[in-house]
Amino acid sequence: MSATELTTRKARERAGVPDGQPLLSVQDLTLHYPIRGGIVSRQTGTVRAVDGVSFDVFPGETLGIVGESGCGKSTTGRAIIRLENPTSGAVVFEGRDLAGLNTRELRRVRLDLQMVFQDPYSSLNPQKRIGDLLAEPLLAHRRASRKVAGERVTEMLDRVGLSAQFKGRYPHELSGGQRQRVGIARALMLDPTLLVLDEPVSALDVSIQAQVLNLLRDLQTELGLTYVFISHGLGAVRYISDRIVVMYLGKVMEVATTADLFAGPRHPYTETLLDAYPAPNPHQRGRERIVVEGDVPNAAKPPSGCVFHTRCPFAREKCRTEEPRLTGGAQGGSHAFACHFPLGEAA
Amino acid sequence: MSAATTRTAAAARSAAARAVAASLGREESYLRSVVRRFFKHRLAGIGLVVFVAMILVAVLAPLIAPHDPNQIFDEFQAAPSSAHLLGTDPVGRDVLSRLVFGTRVSITVSVGAVSVYVVIGVCLGLAAGYYGKVVDAVLMRVADVFMSFPYFMVILILVAVIGPSLLNITLAIGLLGWPVISRLVRGSVLSIKNQDYVKAGVSLGYSTPKILFQHILPNALSPIIVNATFGIANAIILESGLSFLGLGVRPPAASWGNMLSDAQSITVMTSQPWLWLPPGIAIFVTVLAINFVGDGLRDALESRETKSHR
Repeated sequence: MSATELTTRKARERAGVPDGQPLLSVQDLTLHYPIRGGIVSRQTGTVRAVDGVSFDVFPGETLGIVGESGCGKSTTGRAIIRLENPTSGAVVFEGRDLAGLNTRELRRVRLDLQMVFQDPYSSLNPQKRIGDLLAEPLLAHRRASRKVAGERVTEMLDRVGLSAQFKGRYPHELSGGQRQRVGIARALMLDPTLLVLDEPVSALDVSIQAQVLNLLRDLQTELGLTYVFISHGLGAVRYISDRIVVMYLGKVMEVATTADLFAGPRHPYTETLLDAYPAPNPHQRGRERIVVEGDVPNAAKPPSGCVFHTRCPFAREKCRTEEPRLTGGAQGGSHAFACHFPLGEAA
Repeated sequence: MSAATTRTAAAARSAAARAVAASLGREESYLRSVVRRFFKHRLAGIGLVVFVAMILVAVLAPLIAPHDPNQIFDEFQAAPSSAHLLGTDPVGRDVLSRLVFGTRVSITVSVGAVSVYVVIGVCLGLAAGYYGKVVDAVLMRVADVFMSFPYFMVILILVAVIGPSLLNITLAIGLLGWPVISRLVRGSVLSIKNQDYVKAGVSLGYSTPKILFQHILPNALSPIIVNATFGIANAIILESGLSFLGLGVRPPAASWGNMLSDAQSITVMTSQPWLWLPPGIAIFVTVLAINFVGDGLRDALESRETKSHR
């Protein structure tokens, strides 16, 4: 049995999810922010931060979400762990729709969903020692006595590659990479089944990024974790994800396994993202690229039809008027994309 | 030139000391750096000494005062002498003893009133900043209403209505002083609640009071401490003013303010300075000292030196 299969099985058992069922299912998630203006705070518009996003996350896998800044990937992540309340749509976790739960049930279920934040400098309370920061979740929920919590903290620090002497330190005495390890450790203190990793390595030096990514991978196999990995860096996403969701302006453009996505992207937007990523092999650098121009349109006034048509080099009349649905394409299966004229198909 | 060299040398030495500390793997603790920066302010250090001395005088008043403050001696309006170091007042009471006991009133009223309004201000400010929306709008409009009253007048009327006493002036000042603190706290909360560590607290399922008091408040403390310090100085002036107008501590109990009001006549002003100079100087020195402490605290606590984490 391979490592990934083992992870899947472990994760499925821990979460109590039946075979083939997703651990987390995001269904038609929509999050609109009202824009208020004028002296009476009338609603003058809506920012469609997340607009009808759907995807499933299966136990033990890592689902990557990529996209430019402002595409709604972080908002999606925060909506999953309920830091933001969705305008509509469902987040089904371990078979239960989080929207249907009362405050108390939500509080309990939410403990199985934890988040690692992007900025390791603002995600740790500067006034508390590392040992207290990590013991706090256990003590707040009365899951352990002070003594047991201390032992668990030592264990967890060891697990994320920090020695026990860090317990007495304050966050400002740690480097970015060390802080992010503490952030990961804190998210794991309550034994969650799913971690939302919101750009966990974007704020770190490249050399540290690899270490943290490897740590995340090891933890996943050891503990049977499921990840939603949000990033704008394709390198990190490719390295850690099993499947990838490509988002643009609050909508899903393409969903595919990592191998499929990198081998043959179907959506022109995905292609531009891949082309923007520098090729490590110098011999490949000469090849033709699709380069998009201009900026991401305003999410308060999204373009008609396909939201990408304003920047798409292949846009035609149909793209301006009709919004493409997320479909499985000609070959069906797990590779889905939202484009009228996908790449690799004779037009 | 020599001064400049000494200064550079000193700077180099402290930089070196810090570098050594860093290389040893232990940075200077936050508290220690605050203390160091506080005492860099010479006036703040002197102010603190004076303030602590005043508190000691207040606590140990019966031991320090040479006489009972209400004891009436045969010689009244007597000039300072060895029997009465600061002379006696028109009734024949020892001025020094009254001054010492007056310290008690000033310190109790000011510290008490500030404690009352800091507690109220912190709670309301936390609620307004954290919950936002309607709660925020209502609380801040109420604060606006409170702030738009002429402060001293309202206290005057309040005390006149509920009757002058130590407890009543403490409450009057305390119940009216919260808006400034609550605005301050609200402002800090607005920026702190968007920090990821607060969001992490929410997703870790911490209760709202825990997030408010253990995660947000400790990070919003420095402006509160600074403001409360200045508030103490202000309350001392308010209390003196009220007592001067006869709405403070009731005679025969001694307070700096009512000692001044006993010395209003021109004859006293011109020929008996021992009646009004000591309480005047006491108020002036105490308020100045506390303001210096406040200045020092502000520089020490709100400096970006260790707060910048990058």
